[in-house]
Amino acid sequence: MKVPTMADMMAQGKQPEVLFWVGAAGSYDDRAKKISRAFVKILHQANVDFAVLGVEESSTGDAAKRAGNEFLFQMQAMMNIEILNGYEVKKIVTCDPHSFNTLKNEYPSLGGKYEVYHHTQFIQNLLKEGRLKIDDTTLKGKRVTFHDPCYLGRGNEVYESPRDLIKRLGVNLTEMKRNKSTALCCGAGGAQMFKDAERGDKEINILRTEEALETKPQIIATGCPYCNTMMTDGIKFKEKEANVVVKDIAELIAEANNL
Amino acid sequence: MQYVPIVLFALALIVGIGFFVMNIRKLSRNINLGKDVNRTDKKPERLKNMMMIALGQSKMIKRPFSGFLHVIVYIGFVIINIEVLEIIIDGLVGSHRIFKAVIGDGIYAFLIGTFEIFAALVFVAVVLFWTRRNVANIKRFMSAEMKGWPKKDANYIIYFEMILMTLFIVMNATDVPFQDAGIGNPISQFIAPLFNSFSLEALHTIERTAWWIHILGILTFLNYLYYSKHLHILLAFPNTYFANLNPKGQFTNLESVTSEVKLMMDPDADPYAMPAEDAEETVPEKFGASDVADLSWVQLLNAYTCTECGRCTSACPASLTGKKLSPRKIMMDTRDRLEEVGRNIDANKGTFVDDGKQLLNDYISPEELWACTSCNACVEECPVNIDPLSIIMDMRRYLVMEESAAPQELNMMMTNVENNGAPWQYNQQDRLNWANEE
Repeated sequence: MKVPTMADMMAQGKQPEVLFWVGAAGSYDDRAKKISRAFVKILHQANVDFAVLGVEESSTGDAAKRAGNEFLFQMQAMMNIEILNGYEVKKIVTCDPHSFNTLKNEYPSLGGKYEVYHHTQFIQNLLKEGRLKIDDTTLKGKRVTFHDPCYLGRGNEVYESPRDLIKRLGVNLTEMKRNKSTALCCGAGGAQMFKDAERGDKEINILRTEEALETKPQIIATGCPYCNTMMTDGIKFKEKEANVVVKDIAELIAEANNL
Repeated sequence: MQYVPIVLFALALIVGIGFFVMNIRKLSRNINLGKDVNRTDKKPERLKNMMMIALGQSKMIKRPFSGFLHVIVYIGFVIINIEVLEIIIDGLVGSHRIFKAVIGDGIYAFLIGTFEIFAALVFVAVVLFWTRRNVANIKRFMSAEMKGWPKKDANYIIYFEMILMTLFIVMNATDVPFQDAGIGNPISQFIAPLFNSFSLEALHTIERTAWWIHILGILTFLNYLYYSKHLHILLAFPNTYFANLNPKGQFTNLESVTSEVKLMMDPDADPYAMPAEDAEETVPEKFGASDVADLSWVQLLNAYTCTECGRCTSACPASLTGKKLSPRKIMMDTRDRLEEVGRNIDANKGTFVDDGKQLLNDYISPEELWACTSCNACVEECPVNIDPLSIIMDMRRYLVMEESAAPQELNMMMTNVENNGAPWQYNQQDRLNWANEE
């Protein structure tokens, strides 16, 4: 798969239209890597001139910040900003709402000012500009529910971009009881992804999976690699893998377009 | 002789309002123990928020039933206060229903009639509120932090309102000339027959008594506010005005950290440099919060504004799955500790004397703090824009940066971020491998 790096681009004297910020999950997590690849296929299909930082990319520091380690966060942020500014990056797209939020909201006051898009917003723009079409026959009639990532939804009030894309797939979108601004967290945020939960009577991802299952979905759509992990684990716990799949919207679009 | 009631009334008014002002000054002093944060920007947006959320109750009605009842009580409270104005003037000049002469019978009847209808509606609403809190077994009113005083406080407010509304109607029902006029009494006309057997004199006594207890009750209620969650009726306004306007996902970047990180990353900085001469006196700033004085005044205002409705907790994923965290408790603890600090300052002639306690551990446990997913559901839910998450984050910062007391797994995650640029232990050189793995 052709994934150019900023270093390659610079060597050729080129400046890509957009930087794809892959994020730690998208780079290393086996499940999330598939999302990164699906998104790259979409970028290729739409002939988007993009690049990644590759080995020069480092953690945004989001998880460290939410864990309370402001030092580590700002060190990461300043290192990344130095690299991004060095390449004169103007526009960033990412599949990870946590990176999206941090790059968009928390980097500017540290000197990193970019136009930052979540991949669902970016794809929506590609559709608007007529650079991409979504085939609405492949997944036609499938029952889909969408789980709002906290840092995309409540965190940045992006509720419609993912839903707009899902509707264009020709599927049957059914909302969970808690959706949009009242959506329940998957349980991964605030650095919970990297630790065991405190003592309680249930895991958050199980509760959220149960809410999703109430809609009798064939597909649970997400827009966040961490939510994806949590919901996938929930489906396994509920032993519903045979009937329900958890997919990122980028994967659904790649699938619909046979990429 | 006729001056006696006027003097007594004026005295009651002075004492009632004076005591209230004293407590408000204490409140303001306590809030100002918080660190400074600039919320003077974007005035039009702030004003709009205050108008929509506090005055317009726009977030209350997201839960339609309790929201609707609350709007009734709220409107009732606001407009019945117009009647209080008349009572105050009557009390001070010795007149009776002075507005009647000033604004004319028709308008007066309309006004008082509206008040009566609202008084009745408020009565019904608070009876329903009482039922919700005491009979209906609604989960958010049953949590651990609601045991004891918070539950009593909520019921006292309800009883206060029941009594005040009843007194208002009784006062009108036993006002013979008012009932004889027969206008402006849509509710009290049905109560008046209950008093048919009383002599005119007795009726007058009952009317005067109801009038007096009503106004003294209002003054008492006014002074009860400071000791109660009911402060929200006043603080909801500044609280919504000064609330955070940035996207909820955006957390503050600590400036004290920025300067240190910049120094650390500056290749020209001399690691062995002596501190500048003027730097000797400066105490390094504490990172994060372990006590109320480490929080900002907005966070402290939040704590006083909280009316313990528990919508935050009922939406919190940690709380919904049985974890110890309750965002409402975070706010109540912050307020209770702030009150304790305030009492300490009062007892020690204006300065705080270390009492060996702090917000962390003595009120809020690390277990609660670490259960938060930072999902912002509590912030979204709050009908008056309180931000419990910001307090949780500031306290986590203290735990991690001052005490190195993060859970072990998070320490590993952070070590990985530091060494490998990712929360997991992967080699940074493998960061692009995903591109060729299919």
